[in-house]
Amino acid sequence: MTSPPSVVVVTGVSRYLGARVAARLAADPKIDRVVGLDPHDPPAGLLGLLDGVERIRADARAATEAIADLGAEAVVHLAVTSVPDAQHGGRAAMKEHNVIGTMQVLAAAQGAPRLRKLVVRSSTAAYGASFRDPAVFTEDTEPRAVPRGAFARDILDIEGYVRGFRRRRPEVAATVLRFAPMISESAETSLTRYFAQPVVPTVLGRDARLQFVHVEDALEILHRSVTEDHPGTFNVAGSGVLMLSQAVRRAGRISLPVPEPALSTGAALLRNLGVEQIGLDQIDLFVHGRVVDTTRLINEFGFTPRTTVAAFEEFIQAHAAGSTLTADRLAAAESAILDAIRRVRAAAEPAPAGSDRA
Amino acid sequence: MSQDEYRDMFPGHTEFRLPEPAPVRRVNGRRPIPESPEPAPAVGVADSLDVWDQRVAGGLAFLRRRLAGSYEVDEFGFDPELAEAVFHPMLKILYRDWFRTEVLGIENVPLDGGGLVVGNHSGTIALDALMLTVALHDKHPRKRHLRLLGADLVFRMPVMSELARAAGATVACNPDAERLMNSSQLVGVFPEGFKGIGKRFSERYKLQRFGRGGFVSAALRTGTPIVPVAIVGAEEIYPILADLKPLARLLGVPYFPVTPTFPLLGPLGLVPLPSKWLIQFCPPIPTAHLREYADDPLVVYNLADQVRETIQATLHELLEKRPDPFGP
Repeated sequence: MTSPPSVVVVTGVSRYLGARVAARLAADPKIDRVVGLDPHDPPAGLLGLLDGVERIRADARAATEAIADLGAEAVVHLAVTSVPDAQHGGRAAMKEHNVIGTMQVLAAAQGAPRLRKLVVRSSTAAYGASFRDPAVFTEDTEPRAVPRGAFARDILDIEGYVRGFRRRRPEVAATVLRFAPMISESAETSLTRYFAQPVVPTVLGRDARLQFVHVEDALEILHRSVTEDHPGTFNVAGSGVLMLSQAVRRAGRISLPVPEPALSTGAALLRNLGVEQIGLDQIDLFVHGRVVDTTRLINEFGFTPRTTVAAFEEFIQAHAAGSTLTADRLAAAESAILDAIRRVRAAAEPAPAGSDRA
Repeated sequence: MSQDEYRDMFPGHTEFRLPEPAPVRRVNGRRPIPESPEPAPAVGVADSLDVWDQRVAGGLAFLRRRLAGSYEVDEFGFDPELAEAVFHPMLKILYRDWFRTEVLGIENVPLDGGGLVVGNHSGTIALDALMLTVALHDKHPRKRHLRLLGADLVFRMPVMSELARAAGATVACNPDAERLMNSSQLVGVFPEGFKGIGKRFSERYKLQRFGRGGFVSAALRTGTPIVPVAIVGAEEIYPILADLKPLARLLGVPYFPVTPTFPLLGPLGLVPLPSKWLIQFCPPIPTAHLREYADDPLVVYNLADQVRETIQATLHELLEKRPDPFGP
């Protein structure tokens, strides 16, 4: 095993995951210097995390020089957004950020002479969504069709660039991590916002198999892929499965099944109004579900992320407000109904004796 | 002198005996008194009360678990609790009372470990797959669940896809089949596919082509034994007299059947005819010694052919055992 890199460049530190990873790497005494690259300033909430991190405010083009000048030994590319952000230019900016940004970061990495490691954030959306898909994706499964979701298409482009990079710099250990949707007590993503609503819209007649990964486990995997050598592509998810309906019930929410075309139209309307970003990516996920095999990850990293059920349980604990059908209330209702039935039957039983007397 | 000492002094004299009951005499040819009056009815009432209480409590607990989402689902979406509490009891009515199914050779199904059950497909809609699932769960000593491999058409249809997944089915593709067999599951496959269930009544019990034998290569790769199964009875439930191909193409389905009752009687035509069913499991064909031949088309083809011949021969045997398709 090689020694940990001394200079690490992390992209996308203005966002939650990037800031957390940069802070964790900065806290690691084996790493001398952590540089955060981002075209935007991080929000005030994340600034506290980034104390030990040198921040360079630069867009991807300017970053090209920065990566070579800094003598970076590892690049952690986390500047991949899954949902268009209305404040930062919507879908056009998201594509620019994801695809063009990755292209430029990888070009810069290719030109950096001291580079030894490249870690790229990808997503299980890379497997696309089709009715002929196998139930469980391994890292070798190829998507059957180009997905219709914008994020999934970006992910395919990003992985394509990484393949090109691997061909041109075979001596650099390139790690691609395909993350399942992340969830935790505090992290806010479009999916956690979705499950935090009191009434949750679902697709009528469909019940997707879902997997989540806990943010802390995702951080651990990212950290290990920087400090240790794990070249290759890995699925990162909690083992086990929750059905969408089951997840909604466990969260104590009420599901509202909507026919798929209506949901697509409604989501498009809301998107145009800028209210909530449920994209085709989410709808495809809710129609097809997505389950991955994590055997390769566990064998290579020697680390088992907490299960999907456990990760979701932690999320529920933190978002108890807004739930209506909680397990406690259901248990109370169950014992109340059972008691009522027993009382009615106990009252009905001596009735024949009473009728004899009458 | 105590009572005991007194009794010991005269052994036999102080033994007190009840007088013999009077012999039972016949009166008017009927038993005058029941010989041993049984308190059974009273106990029965008490028991049945408890049974009802347990049933109500069990039903409520089941509802609560379902509503709270506290049940386990495997990575294919199989929900064993729902299958055992809802699907099996419903299908069992059809299996036992409507089709009077008899199961032969259940001892040929492996007790544990993986297995690939290969059957003949017939009956317009895949009722034979469901009855095979019920038969295995009902007759197998370990109550094993059959994990069916279904056509992707099933998984395209909204509600249907989720029912199929909850009942343990998944898309027929080699990665899923191998994954299930590697995790020691019993996998059910019907290689004839739509050619089997969509054939005319005049073609009944004639096995159709077995595709490319993908199921054999999956079994070889995992070293799973193949259990051929012959199902007699499904051909008569909806006899297909004609196939309206243009209408089928319009609806995007592989065939549009015309049976004596459908579409003539409308929804009433969906009631299957009550044929007599026989299901025979044949001795398993071991494949563990053939693992390296999984990609050899000749071995795969020959093995598929062997399975096909076994099923066809067993079908003929079963048909001789059942001269009347609608017999008892």
